[in-house]
This record gives sequence, C-alpha cells and structure tokens, in this order.
Amino acid sequence: MKLVDLLRLRIATLFQRSRMSAEMEEELRSHIQHRADDLERSGLDRAEAERRARIEFGGHEKFKEECYEALGGNFIEILIQDARFSLRLLRKSPGFTAVAVVTLALGIGASAVVFGVLNALILRPLNVPQAQSLYGIQRGSDKDPSQSYPDYLDLRDRNRSFDGLASFNVNQVGLDTGENPTRAWVYEVSGNYFDVLDIQPYLGRFFHASDEHGADSAPYIVLSYAYWHSHFQDDRGVLGRTVQLDKHPFTIIGIAPPGFRGTLLIFSPAFFVPMVNQEQMDGENLLNARGDRWVMMVMGHLKAGVTPAQAIADLNSIGSYLEKTYPKDEGQMSFTLARPGLLGDQVGGPVREFVTGLTLLAGLILLAACANLGSLFAARAADRSREVALRLALGAGRIRILRQLFTEAILISLMGGAVGLWGSVVLLRWLSVWNPFPQFPANAPVSPDANVYGVAMLLALASGFLFGAAPVRQILHANPYGVIKSGSLARAGRRITTRDLLLGVQVAICALLVTSSMVAVRGLVRSLHSNFGFEPRNAMLINTDLPIAGYRGDAVPGMQRRMIDAMETIPGARSVGLVGQYPPLYAGWNNEMVFTDKTTDLRPSNAAADAGLYSISPDYFRAAGTALLSGRTFTWHEDKNAPRVAVINQVFARKVFGSIKNAMGGYYKMRDGTRVQVVGIVEDGKYNTLTEDPTPVMFLPILQSPSSESYMVVRSDRDPQQLAAAIRSKLRDLDAGLPCFIQTWNEAMNGALFAPRVATVSLGVLGVMGAMLSITGIFGLAAYSVSKRRRELGIRMALGAQRKEVLQAALGRPYKLLALGSTAGLLLGILASRVLAFIVYQATPRDPLVLAGVVLAMLLLGLLATWIPAQRALSIDPVTLLREE
Amino acid sequence: MNDQAQLLPGTLDLLILRAVSLGPLHGYGILLRIGQISGNALLIEQGALYPGLFRLVRQGLLKARWGASENNRRAKFYELTAAGRRRLREETDSWNRLAAAIASALSQRPEEV
Repeated sequence: MKLVDLLRLRIATLFQRSRMSAEMEEELRSHIQHRADDLERSGLDRAEAERRARIEFGGHEKFKEECYEALGGNFIEILIQDARFSLRLLRKSPGFTAVAVVTLALGIGASAVVFGVLNALILRPLNVPQAQSLYGIQRGSDKDPSQSYPDYLDLRDRNRSFDGLASFNVNQVGLDTGENPTRAWVYEVSGNYFDVLDIQPYLGRFFHASDEHGADSAPYIVLSYAYWHSHFQDDRGVLGRTVQLDKHPFTIIGIAPPGFRGTLLIFSPAFFVPMVNQEQMDGENLLNARGDRWVMMVMGHLKAGVTPAQAIADLNSIGSYLEKTYPKDEGQMSFTLARPGLLGDQVGGPVREFVTGLTLLAGLILLAACANLGSLFAARAADRSREVALRLALGAGRIRILRQLFTEAILISLMGGAVGLWGSVVLLRWLSVWNPFPQFPANAPVSPDANVYGVAMLLALASGFLFGAAPVRQILHANPYGVIKSGSLARAGRRITTRDLLLGVQVAICALLVTSSMVAVRGLVRSLHSNFGFEPRNAMLINTDLPIAGYRGDAVPGMQRRMIDAMETIPGARSVGLVGQYPPLYAGWNNEMVFTDKTTDLRPSNAAADAGLYSISPDYFRAAGTALLSGRTFTWHEDKNAPRVAVINQVFARKVFGSIKNAMGGYYKMRDGTRVQVVGIVEDGKYNTLTEDPTPVMFLPILQSPSSESYMVVRSDRDPQQLAAAIRSKLRDLDAGLPCFIQTWNEAMNGALFAPRVATVSLGVLGVMGAMLSITGIFGLAAYSVSKRRRELGIRMALGAQRKEVLQAALGRPYKLLALGSTAGLLLGILASRVLAFIVYQATPRDPLVLAGVVLAMLLLGLLATWIPAQRALSIDPVTLLREE
Repeated sequence: MNDQAQLLPGTLDLLILRAVSLGPLHGYGILLRIGQISGNALLIEQGALYPGLFRLVRQGLLKARWGASENNRRAKFYELTAAGRRRLREETDSWNRLAAAIASALSQRPEEV
C-alpha cells in the first residue's frame, strides 16, 4: 500500500469511527444472536440463551479495541488520546512543565540563533544567479584577495576559465544632491560587474563594459534599492538626474533590484560607480599603478565544465607571466579560489572557524538541556511508577505506556521549541539590523528564513525523542507486582543510575562553558588594559574629509595645519596630533615594503620588511600617548625640501637594522628608492588587530608623505566628550562645508575590538546558559533525592542523626556529581581554550584567577541549587513523617 | 473441554481462510465451520475471531458484505479474494511441510537415531 493511501485510510477510519463502531457493534451482536439462536434450539429460554452467548463471547470491548488495532485506524486516535492525557498531566504539575519548557527553550533558542548566523554567513550563498559557480580570486600564500587594476585587466583578458571577471572596491565619497552634502559608502566596480553577476536593473539601466573609455569616462551612478528608498523616497524621477560626487558631476542611470546588496555579505553599498572613474574619488589615478593593490576583489563564474583546479592552473600561468614581465611590481603571483561573500578566506576563514565553534558550543548547550530533561523525565517516571505499575497490572501494553511518555516528551519539546524559536527570531531580527560600527554600513543580514525554522523544529523533535528515551529502560523493566506491594521505595544502594550519569555529563558540559566564557572575558579585560602603544582614553578622534570639501593637492597641508592650530586653541585640549591614514586599531592599515640601504634591486622578494605606514604631524606622538624611546620627533620644517626622515618602532629597528642601536641615524630605502633617515624610535604597539604579532611600523612627516585623509587626535585632561561641541564649532568656523565625524578614541576602536567582544559576549551568554542549566539539573536531582528519602531521613533523625549527617545523606550524591562533572568540564575547558586564543587576545586558561573563578562559580551554583532541597531535608519532622506513612 | 488443543499463534488466520474457502460465511458460521472441519478439537475464544477477520480484510485476503443469514438475521459475510486463495494455498503447503517435519522428528525412536 502506498503511503498516501495508508494515510488516507487512517484518516478516513479516524473520521468514520462512529460509523465503523456501529457496524462493528452490529456484527458482534449478530454473532451473539446467532449463538443464542443455537442455544435456544438446544432447549434454553431466550433470556438465558442470550446471557450464555454473551459470556461465551468473551471481553466485548477488548475485542472491539483489538479490531480497531487490526484495522490500523487508531494510530492518530491514540495519539490524540495520549496528547490529551499528557496535557492534563502537564497542567497538573506546572512547575515541572515550566522548568522543562524553559530548559528546552534555552537550548533550542541558542542553537537556532547560532544556526541562523551560520546559515546567513556560511551556508547561504550570495544572492546572485548561479552563485554556486561564482568564485573570488585570492593571491599568494596569505590568501590576499586584493589586486592592482592592471593585474585585474590582465587576469580578465588572459584567462580561459571564467565567463568573465568582474572586480569591485569599497570607497567612501561625498554625495551632493544640491542640499547638504553627505558621505556615502560605494562600490567602485568594473564596467562588466552587473553583466558578470547577471543582475537586471530594477529601474533604468546599468553601465556596461562598453561604457568604459579610459579614466573618468563613465560618470554614472547605479543606486542600491535600499539607498534609493531611504534617501530618494522611491522617487522614479531620480533617473537621469545629475549629482556631485566629491565635486564631480555623475548621472544616476539606474536602480539595482531590492535583493541585490552587493558582493560582500556584511557590507552593502549606497550605490555603485564605475571603477574607471576612481581618480575623481581617490584624488589620484591608480589605474596604471601595477604595484598598488587597491582593488578589493576580483571574481567571476567558472565556465561550464571547468573545475576550480583547472581554473587555478590557468590563473597561475598568467601569474608567472606577470612575475616575469613586471619583476619590480609583482610579488608571489600564485592564486587560489574562494567564496566571495566574506572577502575570501582572509575574513571568511576566521568567521567560519568561529561560527563553527559556536555551533559546537550551542550543540553542547542543547545536549546539556537534553541531559537535564532526561533526568527530569526519568525522575518523573520513577514518581509515577505506582501509576505505571497499576496500568501494567490492568493489562496495558508496555509499548502503549511508553508511547504516552514519548507523547509527553514531544509535547514538551514542541512547546520548548516554539518558545525558543520565538526568542531566537526576535534576537536574529535585532541582529540583522544591528550596526556595530557607526562609521561603516556594516551589518549582517541574519534574519531567519525557512531553514532556520525547519532546523529549530527538527532539533526540538529530536531532543524530545532523546530525553524521552531516558525512562524507557525503567518502564520496560518495571515489575508491577513488586512496585505495588512495596510502594515506591528508593533503592539507595544502587551505584550509578542513568540519571546520575546524565547529570554528570550535563555538569561537565556546563563547567566547560563556564570555563571558556571566563577565559574569554578575562582575555578581553586584559586586552583592554594591555599596552596598545598609544593611549585611547581621554582622547577624541576627529575624521574630516578634505576632498569632499574640495581640498586637493597643495590646498590640503595648509588646511590640515589650520585645523590643528584651531584645535590647539580649545581650552582643555592638551595636545593635538594628526595622522593621514586610519589611526591604529581603527579599520585596517596601510603598509609598504621597505628595503635595507644596501639593497639595489628593489623587487618585492628582496624587501626587508612589509611595514605599516603612518603620516603624522609633529605633535602626534604626544597626542596619541606613544612613548618616544630615543631620538626626536618631527618639526613642521620637515617638508618636501628637507631631507627625508622617519621615526620607527622597535620591531622595525630590529627587522631592518638588526638592532635598536644600529637603527638610530641609519638609512633605509622606500620602494621608489628614496633614502630615509631614522631620527627617532618609539615603543611598539598594536596597529591592525589586537591579536597580531609584533609588527614593524614607520612614521613619516605628513609634509613629506602627504595624505588628504586626516584623523586628528585631541588629548584632554578632562572628559574628552566635553570637547566635542567646541571641536565642531571651531571646524565650522574654518569651513562650514567640511564634513566631520567626532568620536572618542575608545569608541573608534570598536572595530578592532569587535571580534573579541562578539566572542566574549556570545561565550558569556552560553556560559550563563550553561550555569542556569546546571542549577536546574542539580536542583532537580537534589530535590528529588530528598523527597524520595524523606522517610529514611526521618528515621535517621529520630535515631539521633545530626544536621551534618542528614545533609550528607541527602545531598552527598549531587555534590559528588557536581565535583566530578566540574573537574571534567574544567579540564575540557582548558583544552578548548587553545582554540579561543586565536580570537580573544591573551586568552589563557593557565590563569589562577580563571581557575579559581570556575571552581568558585561551580561551588556557588551547587550551593544555590541545593539550598532549597537542603532546607527541606532539615525541616523534616520525624514524628509527623512517621505518623503520615 | 480439556481435550481441546490450544491454537498455535498464527494458525487462526489459516483456519479462517480454510473455512471461508468452502463458501461465503458470516463470523459465527466460520466458527461453526472450523469446529466442524477440525472435529471440535480446537479451542477458539469466540470474540478472538473478529480481530483476525478484520486483519485479513485489511490485508486484502478476504472481502466482506452484509446479507441475510439462514436464521433471517442481518450478518456480515466473508469470502476469499484471489489473493486470499493464493495465500491459503501457500500457507497450507508450508503448514504441511512443517507438520510433517515435526511429526517425523517426534516419531523417531531412540534406537533409530
């Protein structure tokens, strides 16, 4: 019989039950009548004959029930019956129900949230057609996705493996629509970008490769749907409108479809502009700079039938051609492919590892919740042993009783799953609009989809079966006669029960979670108080965008000088410095290859170091709080006409000069061959991430290494927030059209601290959940063991046992389990922390404070969880108790 | 009653099929027929017949229709389907083989082994 037919039959029998019941009744009655007829013929009177016939027939109802079963029609019916019965039972013990539902909701909720993130960031591909064959290209052994524009053109034109290669870069521009100018994040994209991705415009048209005719030839804008919606109020009239981008006219030609948010999952642009126009936004033409790898990523669809390995071989042959042809510009030109959504493996790798780790931990939470519920259910089944025994004695099948218990477990799991899912949906919705960095449009579109709902409900059902299975053995081995005769006496002598094992496992898992969250929190606290090589406290960071306000070339240094002077007149400003790149620990860094003075062949493979570069004003070190170890800082006289000088950090000195002593006064070479003299050495610091290795860095005078970007650091003795208003008004006095963005340096570091913070918060939450679960678990066992052994404890007290002995008898086992479980969890946690150390700076479990903290936390949890049961054990009054039973 | 044999599990279905193979019967009639063809040697609880009947109907081995009995009472009559006839043949063969084997095993004398 096909499944559909079977189901139809079963549903039909369900609805036809009353009709079938009548029919069955009639058939059985007909049988009895026939029998009575025979008996009557043998000489009995009718009434006696019918009575005898009924007796001979046997258990009428029992056979009817068996007939139903034979028809297979009672599956759904029994289910409904069981569900009703279970609901009644659950309603009768609201405490148990609430604890069970909350426990499971925590487990399911945690798993659903983590799965939602996993789904959005890793499982779900970019929202473009045929995303499966879309690959990003990354370069070299460190899997750097960036390329230079000439290299991109070579890759695009020389490869035979891709259906076309598109490229994009993220940039920030000033948009002037005639009202007040705003800053916006854009993708600079190759002309073929939309065609390679096979995206169709929502309105208007896209630009194409045919629109590109050299530098600045395609002044077009394609708005993202979201930006069109929020900044142009869905006005269809914007098509054809000309707006100013960094004071250059661009025409809006189209709107991208709503589902297309660019080719980075976590960074969606306001609009798209052709890459050939980058000079108008960057201020310098980089289209021919082969050594300048500013293109963020190159990607394309593999041709049908081409494997990734073939494509890599193809790209590598282009790479070796490039290495040979342009030895001065090209380093290691070998290639790998990666999914483009998270900028290849450089960002995607750690994210994937972290999310996978979180998934494992969430799975552990769910497992702990199941173990918890399993022991609750086993205890409950033991409490109901009398009822179960009675039902068994009355002839109920064991399978039937198990079925009812499972129905109960599934009901709990569905309720818990629903609550957990609801919570996770709220959290995921909130997460997907959360923007952790005010200065970037970065957010993760993690809103839940059908996958998340499906997985959550599946997990709920699976865990229902898992914890529902805990009392199976108990039921199957129950001996109705024994139980009913002796009452439900606890067998104190048994060594290890399933319940104990479950609780032990659960405590171990929870201790593991508590350990790792403490390690993470401690690591974060330490990294916040470690030496960054600058002092983020009591300093404001001001980002002004001079190009947007029309300052270019030689106008820039003068304006920068005027801004510094203006800041210095603010009362309370102790020192003011300016840096021409992202300040340390802000949002990435600039680096450049440097060579020893003796090197003559300045090819990348001969570089002495890849050093971070900061163009700074003379007073920057004082404003940033960076200690000058020897030598001097710059003066305003060190400009283009003066000899080139630099201040370096200790790592730079050791790497390029061998020692700090050799470095002072020594020379090194830049990529263009310029000789630079070291005039000072400053302390090392953190520049790009908190977890980076010690990194070589050089500081150059801003007049010798000009930059139109300007980040000013204003250090104050007071709360720097109070300066914000003064800073704003001073800048407005200088130039009312100058956009500026003011925040404290601490706030600005959110970007660098984001990963460890997310790690710490999520581990902290999981740790708290683990702690809560172990409280309920231990509480459950302790309360249960006390209530089971009331009689025994009462007798002990009557015989003169002291409080201590009573407590030992009642709570010894939960405490032993707690101790064993915690030890196991702590050891596991120490092992697991090695993994943590990759994400959280200075995360080490070999920290007495962490170890003591975990032990103390578990001890407190134990005390808290056993407090009420202990009180209950102590308040037993032997006299009342013995009279009761 | 003590000389009646308990039914082996699973043999009731075979007996029902056999009883019905001789012509359509209602439930009570089947019981009588089994008694008749087995020489009243088998003990069958009357009600226990019906779950078996329902099971056979569900398996498609029997079909049932309502009709009037010889006593002029309404009764449900059962008859074999083609599948039921086939099943009866198979089951009879395999039962005979089993019975013969058991009988031969039990009739061996010690000196013959």
